[in-house]
Amino acid sequence: MAPVSPALSVKIHEKVFPAVADRPANHVLKNIAFSVDPGSFVIITGPSGGGKSTMLNIVAGLDRDYVGDVKFGGDAPTLAFVFQSPRLLPWRTVQENIALVLPDNDPRLANIPELLRRVGLTDAANAYPEMISLGMQRRVALARAFVLEPDILLMDEPFVSLDDPTAHDLRELLVELWSRRPTTVLFVTHDRTESVMLGTRILRLSPGPATIAEDVPVRLSVADRSNREKVREEQRRIFGEA
Amino acid sequence: MRQAPNAQARGFKVGRLGWSLISLLALGALWEISALIAQSRYLPGPATVFDVMVREARAGELWGNIAATLTRVAFSFVVAMFIGSAIGLALGRYKKADRFFDTWLIFFLNLPALVVIVLCYIWFGLTEVAAITAVAINKIPNVAVTMREGARSLSKDLNEMAHIYRFGWWKTLRHVTLPQLAPFFAAAARSGLALVWKIVLVVEAFGRSDGVGHQLNIAFQLFDVPMILAYALAFIVVVQIIELAILQPLIARANKWRR
Repeated sequence: MAPVSPALSVKIHEKVFPAVADRPANHVLKNIAFSVDPGSFVIITGPSGGGKSTMLNIVAGLDRDYVGDVKFGGDAPTLAFVFQSPRLLPWRTVQENIALVLPDNDPRLANIPELLRRVGLTDAANAYPEMISLGMQRRVALARAFVLEPDILLMDEPFVSLDDPTAHDLRELLVELWSRRPTTVLFVTHDRTESVMLGTRILRLSPGPATIAEDVPVRLSVADRSNREKVREEQRRIFGEA
Repeated sequence: MRQAPNAQARGFKVGRLGWSLISLLALGALWEISALIAQSRYLPGPATVFDVMVREARAGELWGNIAATLTRVAFSFVVAMFIGSAIGLALGRYKKADRFFDTWLIFFLNLPALVVIVLCYIWFGLTEVAAITAVAINKIPNVAVTMREGARSLSKDLNEMAHIYRFGWWKTLRHVTLPQLAPFFAAAARSGLALVWKIVLVVEAFGRSDGVGHQLNIAFQLFDVPMILAYALAFIVVVQIIELAILQPLIARANKWRR
């Protein structure tokens, strides 16, 4: 088989937040280079405040003030971003929030009812975001990303500030959605269990200015990922602790 | 007065409408009593004022004048909201412009309405355009200040979301930006209407030959208090109907997503 061309290659020579008022300039990222195969689920982990989100914003094109470049495999890849807070439009219903990312009359609009059913939001389709729980809002954000059938899916700690069972359910939902329609994922988290349960490859950033300290594959099948014992074992192998 | 049967069934529970009615009746009673005690032609009772109102309405004068005033209110309101919003949004978005024009805004906010009215009539003549311009200039700074607050509070998070999901400018405006500005617009519209119709009366009294303000001016010269009160009451009723029938339902519709 010919080598697959990467879905994404990222080169960031340097990213600096300039000095503001009494705060000195902050060198966040330095000499970062990696490429991502299509269909892989890449975890970006590291110390908090260490530039993980900054890196994701650069890949997303939200932050253009850096030295380096980001290249995508396809001509005009479809990008989806699941943010740390759900970022739903509070004045639009659940269904409208999902439909809005698609152009009018797009054939994918027909997939929304099925998608709502799979994320368990059929009954909340016409509710406004402020009327449903944070866990449900995050599911809406997931559905909004998946309805696009994106080539690249960027996720920035999308399951923080949820209680454990809810976060666990959402991870399983993500695995299910992703295995039905594999897409290239960059997923930022500081949760080690989450990293192992979701990722096929883990990039660990060093303390700032951050570079890639470690790049390890995760050796778990889809079935293994819902097995707590196997997840814990793999976590020990990668992070070297209990 | 007899109690409505269903109110009795609920054990004399008075709703919001009931309270408004009771409070209005109390005000009317107070007025009637004051008129009886004063026994002056400068303080007529409610019945006299009501008679004048009916007479004026039959003669067609009342409606014609109210219509003329409402037309001026509508025009100056729309002009003030449009220009005020444009200025406010620009100042909220561009910091340098804001720093420069902030002083101008304070100047116009503190310029007395009467000065604007007199100057407009002197500079542009006793014309309709001068009248509407004068009212609009009085209102524009308030709208601008409110909308500037709105533009400053626009969410960067939602804008990034719209950018990532390629909403384009029209979708972003309609689904992201305008809903965020709606509460500020509603606040500006409500306070705006209250201010505009008061200033329109002054403008009419000074330099127009129809409208409620003009009628009040004539009645003032004749010391015709029943006429003054009849016009004032009729106008209050019309303004309340506009508030209840148009503004409040619009605001309620814009707010239905709130918890």
